[in-house]
Amino acid sequence: MIAQHFPVLQVVLPLIAAPLMILLRRGTLAWLLAVIVSWTGLFISLSLLAQVADGSVISYAIGSWPPPWGIEYRIDRVNALLLMLVSLIAAVVVIYSRASVAAELPAHQHYLFYTLFSLCLAGLLGISATGDAFNLFVFLEISSLSSYVLIALGRDRRALMASYQYLVMGTIGATFYIIGVGLLYLMTGTLNMADMAHRLSGVTEVRPVLAALAFITVGICLKLALFPLHLWLPNAYAYAPSAVTAFLAATATKVSVYVLLRFYYSIYGESAVFSALPMGKILLLLSLAAMFIASAIAIFQADLKRLFAYSSVAQIGYITLGISFDSATGLTAGIVHLFNHALTKGALFMLLGCFVLRLGRVRFSDIGGIARVMPFTSFGIVLGGLSLIGVPGTVGFISKWYLVLAALESGQWWIALAIVLSSLLAVVYVWRFVEAAYFQEPDAGIAQLKEAPLEMLVPAWLMIAACFYFGLDASLTIDGAAQAAATLLQGLQ
Amino acid sequence: MTPALTILLALAVPLIGAVLIAAAHRAPNVRETITLVTAGLLFLLVASLTPLVLAGERPEVTLLEMMPGLSLKFKVEPLGMLFGLIASGLWIVNSLYSIGYMRANDEQHQTRFYVCFAGALASTVGIAFAGNLLTLFMFYEALTLVTYPLVTHAGTGEAKRAGRVYLGVLVGTSMVFFLPAIIWTWQVSGTVEFRPGGVLHGKAGNMALGILLALYVFGIGKAALMPFHRWLPAAMVAPTPVSALLHAVAVVKAGVFSVVKIVVYIFGVNEIAGLKSVDWLPFVSGFTIIAASIVALRSDNLKRRLAYSTVSQLSYVVLAAALLTPLSVIGAALHIATHALGKITLFFAAGAIYTAAHKTEVSQLAGIGRRMPWTMSAFAVGALSLIGVPPAAGFISKWFIMSGAAEGGHFLALAVLIASTLFNAAYFLPIVYMAFFCKPDEESMAHAHGEAPWPMVAALVLTASATIALFFFSDLPLQLARQLVGRL
Amino acid sequence: MNLAGHFSYWITILLAITGLYIVIARGNLIKKLVGLGIFQTSVYLLYIAPGKLIGGTAPIIDGQFTLYSNPLPHVLILTAIVVGVATLALGLALVVRIREAYGSIEEDEILELDKTGVFPDTTTSKPA
Repeated sequence: MIAQHFPVLQVVLPLIAAPLMILLRRGTLAWLLAVIVSWTGLFISLSLLAQVADGSVISYAIGSWPPPWGIEYRIDRVNALLLMLVSLIAAVVVIYSRASVAAELPAHQHYLFYTLFSLCLAGLLGISATGDAFNLFVFLEISSLSSYVLIALGRDRRALMASYQYLVMGTIGATFYIIGVGLLYLMTGTLNMADMAHRLSGVTEVRPVLAALAFITVGICLKLALFPLHLWLPNAYAYAPSAVTAFLAATATKVSVYVLLRFYYSIYGESAVFSALPMGKILLLLSLAAMFIASAIAIFQADLKRLFAYSSVAQIGYITLGISFDSATGLTAGIVHLFNHALTKGALFMLLGCFVLRLGRVRFSDIGGIARVMPFTSFGIVLGGLSLIGVPGTVGFISKWYLVLAALESGQWWIALAIVLSSLLAVVYVWRFVEAAYFQEPDAGIAQLKEAPLEMLVPAWLMIAACFYFGLDASLTIDGAAQAAATLLQGLQ
Repeated sequence: MTPALTILLALAVPLIGAVLIAAAHRAPNVRETITLVTAGLLFLLVASLTPLVLAGERPEVTLLEMMPGLSLKFKVEPLGMLFGLIASGLWIVNSLYSIGYMRANDEQHQTRFYVCFAGALASTVGIAFAGNLLTLFMFYEALTLVTYPLVTHAGTGEAKRAGRVYLGVLVGTSMVFFLPAIIWTWQVSGTVEFRPGGVLHGKAGNMALGILLALYVFGIGKAALMPFHRWLPAAMVAPTPVSALLHAVAVVKAGVFSVVKIVVYIFGVNEIAGLKSVDWLPFVSGFTIIAASIVALRSDNLKRRLAYSTVSQLSYVVLAAALLTPLSVIGAALHIATHALGKITLFFAAGAIYTAAHKTEVSQLAGIGRRMPWTMSAFAVGALSLIGVPPAAGFISKWFIMSGAAEGGHFLALAVLIASTLFNAAYFLPIVYMAFFCKPDEESMAHAHGEAPWPMVAALVLTASATIALFFFSDLPLQLARQLVGRL
Repeated sequence: MNLAGHFSYWITILLAITGLYIVIARGNLIKKLVGLGIFQTSVYLLYIAPGKLIGGTAPIIDGQFTLYSNPLPHVLILTAIVVGVATLALGLALVVRIREAYGSIEEDEILELDKTGVFPDTTTSKPA
C-alpha cells in the first residue's frame, strides 16, 4: 500500500526530517534521525530499482494531479540507478559523519549540519526522481543552497569565500538552466519531460530550441564542473568539512551528469543533439582537456584535499568522454564510471577526513611518515588511489576498459591512447602520497597520533571493499549501466 | 583433489602464507618456518599438476566473471607448467637464502619482506596459470605492485628514486601499450582466451598485426626489451634475495613468459610466420642483446653487470620466439628455465660476497675464490651456463635457439647469438679467473673473512648443482617444451 | 522582424547582460550579489511576458470570455523569486561572515589576505 508512494516518499522523508532536526536541537538526536532517514531512503531506492529492473516505468502523480498538468515523478532504469547511488552514499557518509562532524564543527552547529545534510539529500533525490523540468530546477536549487551552507561550515576561513564563489557560479548555472527551460516551455507549452519530448518533434521554429539546448548545457556543465567551468570545485572540496566533501564529491556532480543525459537523450533525442550538432566533438574536446589539464594540476598541489578535488575534475572528464562517443558502449562506459567514481572518491575523501580528524589539515608537509601511526587509513588511500589509476581488480579498471573499448569501436585509437596516458598522470599524484606517507620518518608531532576511530574507518573501508568487489565482479554494475544506456538511447516512450 | 582445486589452492596457499607470516611478526623463527612450509606446499601443489599436463590434459578453472564475456580463468598448459615449476621450486631455495642473508645483514622490516615475497609468488603463479589475457594482465599488474615494497626495501632516497623508475616504466608500459593491446584484441577477435593456433587469424590486417605485436612486446615491460629496460638495473638497489628470485626469475621470467605465451597462443606461430610486419622484432631483440652485453662489459658493479646480463639474456627468449620456428620456440621455453637457474646462482653468489666480504665491485674480487671456494665455484657454474658451455644447462637451450635460427635461415640472428656468447665469456670468465688465480690486494688481505652463512652457501650450491643436473636430466622441461610446439 | 513589439525580450536581454557584467566586473561582494539578482530578474521577465496573450483576459473562468492569459508562468516565477530571495539572503549572510573573518568585502583585498598564508580558523574547535 505504502509502496506505491515510494517515489515521492524517497524525496519527502529527508525533506520533512530537516525541520524536525531543527526542532530537536541536539546533535546526537539529529544524527540519529539522519541515519534513520538515510537508511530508509536506501531501502526505498533498492525497492524502486527492483521494480524497474525489467524495463518498466513508474509514473507517480504528485497530489494525484495527472501529468502533464501536474508534476510527475517518473522512475525508469536510469534514475533508479542514480537514486540508489545517492542513497547509498548518504547512508554510508552519515554513519561516518558523526565523529568527523564532532571534530570539525563546534557543538552548537551539529544539528544544523544534519538539517542541511537532509535538505541536500532531499534535493539530490528530487532532481533524480522528478519528471518535470521546472521541479528539477527547484530541487536543484534546494540541493545547491544547502551545499553552499555545508561548505561554508568548514573550519578554514577560506571556506567562506569558496562557498561564496560556488554560490555565484552555481546560481548563474541554475539561472542558465531555467532560461533554457523557459525557452522550451515557450516552444512546447509544457514542462513535463515526457510531454516535452513528444511535442518537440512537432516544433517548426528550431532556433529557440537550439538556444535552449545551449543554455541548459552551459548551466548544467557549470554544476557538473566540466572543464573549464570547474573553477568552484577545488576550493569548495578543499575547505569544506570532510563529511561534506565526501558526500558532495560522490553525488552532486553525478546527479548533474544525469540531468544532462536526461535532456540530451530523453527530451531532445540522440539524433537532434549528436547528429545534427557537433555536441560529441565539443564534449570530446572539453573532456580531453579536463583529463589532462586537471590531472596535471593535481600533481602540483600541496594540499591533499585539493589534489583529489582536481582529480575529481579529471575523472568527470572521463564520464563526459564516454558520453561524447554517442555509442552504446560509450554511454555504458560513462554511466559505469559515474558509479565507480562515486565509490572511489567517496572512500578517498572519507579517509582524508580521518587525517583531518587527527591532524587538523592534510598538507603534504603534515603527513610525512603517517603510514606508521595510521596504517589502515593510509593503506585505504593507497587502495583508493589504485582504483583511480585503474589497476585491474578495481572499479577504475572496469571504467577504463569500457572507455578504451568505446574509443576503439569508434575507430579513434588516438583517444584510447589519451585515456591511458592520462591514467599515468594519476599514477604520479597517487605515488606522491605513497612516498610522503610511507618513506619519510614521522616527526614527534605525528609519532604520537593514534589511528582513526572505527566508526570512521568502517564506512570508508566498506566503500573501498565495494571498489574491489565491483572491480572483480562487475556484472551488476555493467548490466545496470548497459540497461540505462539502452533506455536512454531508445528515447522516451 | 581435482585439478581445478589444485590450481585454486596453488593461488591461495601463498596468499594465506602471507597473512600467517604477517601474524607471526614477533616470532622470527616461526615466521621463517611458515615461509619455508608455504614454499614447499606450493611446489608440491604445482608439481602435482605436471603428470596431467604431460599426458596432454589442460586443467582449467574459471574463478569469476569480471565483465560480460570476460572472466578470470586459469588454464595450465606446458609453458605455464614449466614456469610454475621453476618459480615455485626456486622459491624454496630462495627462502633458505633469504633467511641467511636477512639475518646476517641484520635487515629491517623483515616481516614486510617475507609477506611481499609470498604475495609476489602468488602473483607469479597467477601469471603462469593464466587462461586468458585479462587474468594474465591482472596478476602482471599485481606483481609490479607487490614487488614495489621489495625494491624500495631500504627506504633510502636512492631506493625511492629507483622505485619511481621501476614503477614508472613497468606501470607506464603496461597501461599505455599492454592494456590497449588486450582491449584491441578483444574488440577485433571477440575473445581474449589463449588458444593453440592463436585467436587473431583472419581477424586483422598484416599492418594491424604488426602494430599489435609491437604494443604487446613493448607493453610487457618486464621482458626488458630496450628502451624499456631501465627498471632492471634500477631495481638492483633491492636486497640481493629480491634481485635473485624476482629479477632473475619471477618478474623477468613473467615478462618473457608472457611474450612467448602471447606469440604462441594469441598470434599463433605458424599464422604470423613470414609476415613482413613482424620482421622488426628479431632486430629489436637482437639489438638489445648486443647493447646490453656491451653495457655489462663496462660495468664494474657486480649486480649492475648481472642486471644487464639479464636484460641481454631475456632478449634471447624474445629473439627465439620472434624467429617463429618450432626449434627456436622450444629453445625459448627452455631458456626460461636454464637462465633462471644460472642467474639465480650468480645473484646468490653476489649476495654472499657482499655479506661475507662487503664487496660490490668486480675490481675488488681478486683472490676471493680462495676464501670463498664454494661461492665462486657456484659462480663459475652459473657463468658457464649463461655462456652456454656443457655440462651446464644453458648449453641445451642455446643449442635449440641456434638450431632454430639456422633452420629458419636467420643467419644474422645466429651471428648475434654467437657474438653474445663471446660477450658473455668476456664479462664472466675474467671474474672467475681473477677470483681463483689472482692474488688479493692489500686491503683484502687485512680483512679476513670466510664463506657466507651456511643457509646462503647451501642455497647457491643447490642451484649450481641443479644447473648441472638439468643438463643431464633435461627430460621434463624438454617434454613440456615439445608439447608447446607440438600442439600447433 | 517586429523590433518594437518584442521590447520585453530586449529588456530581458539587457537585464541579463547587465547582471552578468556586474557579477564579473565588480569586486565588491555585495555588488556581485546585486548583479546576480538583476540577472535572475531578467529570467522572471522571460517567463511572464509571453504569458500575457494579446486579447487575453485575467485567468478567472467566466462564461463571457474564451481567451485567457496563461497563469502558469506566474506560479513558476513566484517559485523562482523565492529561490532568488533565499539565494540572496544566503549570499548576504556569507558576506557578513566574510567581513567578520577577513575585515573586508572587496574580492581583491581578500585574495591578498589569503596569499599571506595566514589561515585562522573560523571556529574555536580544536582537532581531536
